[in-house]
Amino acid sequence: MDIEIIKVGMADLNSAHHPCMITTLGLGSCVGIALYDSAAKVVGLAHVMLPSSEQAKNNSNTAKFADTAIVKLVEDMVKLGARKERITAKLAGGAQMFAFTQGSDLMRIGYRNVIASKEKLKELNIPVLSEDTGGNYGRTIEIYSEDGRLMVKTIGCGMKQL
Amino acid sequence: MTISFDELNNLQMDVLREIGNIGAGNAVTSLAKMIDKKVDMAVPKVKIMGFDKVSQILGGEEMIVVGILLSVTGDLTGNMMFILDTFAARQLVNILIGSDSTSLSFDEMELSALKEIGNILTGSYLNALAGLTNLRILPSIPELAIDMAGAILSVPAIEFGKVGDSVLYIETEFSEGITKVLGDFLLIPDIDSYEVLLKALGVIE
Repeated sequence: MDIEIIKVGMADLNSAHHPCMITTLGLGSCVGIALYDSAAKVVGLAHVMLPSSEQAKNNSNTAKFADTAIVKLVEDMVKLGARKERITAKLAGGAQMFAFTQGSDLMRIGYRNVIASKEKLKELNIPVLSEDTGGNYGRTIEIYSEDGRLMVKTIGCGMKQL
Repeated sequence: MTISFDELNNLQMDVLREIGNIGAGNAVTSLAKMIDKKVDMAVPKVKIMGFDKVSQILGGEEMIVVGILLSVTGDLTGNMMFILDTFAARQLVNILIGSDSTSLSFDEMELSALKEIGNILTGSYLNALAGLTNLRILPSIPELAIDMAGAILSVPAIEFGKVGDSVLYIETEFSEGITKVLGDFLLIPDIDSYEVLLKALGVIE
């Protein structure tokens, strides 16, 4: 069966019905939040750059921030027939790409993105089934509407399935 | 006042372009001195673009690239990145150490040569900027990472993301003999430093 392939860019999100695969390429310190409702077979993926819209001066792009992106993604999925209480999450990304010794803000952003994503998911009662976060390498991820599996591909650190 | 690249006027853009030109020119001169050969440089392309376009700069999000990042302190604070694909990195290393290897992976010595190249290029870029603005600009020791372009570029993109939805980047093409090397500079001032920079250049009051 041909499945639709949907690409999500940086500070972007998308959702769709089965059959489809949603992917985002080259996640670094950004976090990929993959949501799935297995009964409705609706998937969603967000590629967020920053933890919170509250500290930002310009927060017009909801997909840029973990807090607003998750809310928007859940809303979009509900419109496609998903039920909020059935949605589960998988997370990938949040790496620290450069090994800096000086502890500037820039260096902890990956970690903070992961924490903020988890906090928002917890607030919405969405369980995190699995995650592949942290480290110092980039990731390309793909979520499949068939069974909600999340494939994580790296350069030099192999491939894994969440 | 906070300034973002989304809101800059033409004059401010032109000034930032000119900084890019002078900075990259200075960097290439340093490279020529280092390898003791004549290095030509094309006029750098200075662009301001949205996040979605950023990782297409170097041939797609999954293209393997070398990123060299250093932080900047002093009157101007922020970060500076020099990024190039692994082919270009190989050519630079070959020019520097006089090798003719075609391998796209690098041993310890080659990696430290790459770091040094990044150090010199970004250092001379920042020197030019300091000279123009009379600002004290102190670069840190550079860090290097080799990975997917999207992942490497997420680091500067996130910093730009705090103030707007676009990125300032300067593409430089330089050549030694028949060897052409393409590299991109990304200057990433902290939020408060945009104003410092544009004030020092006399573009804003």
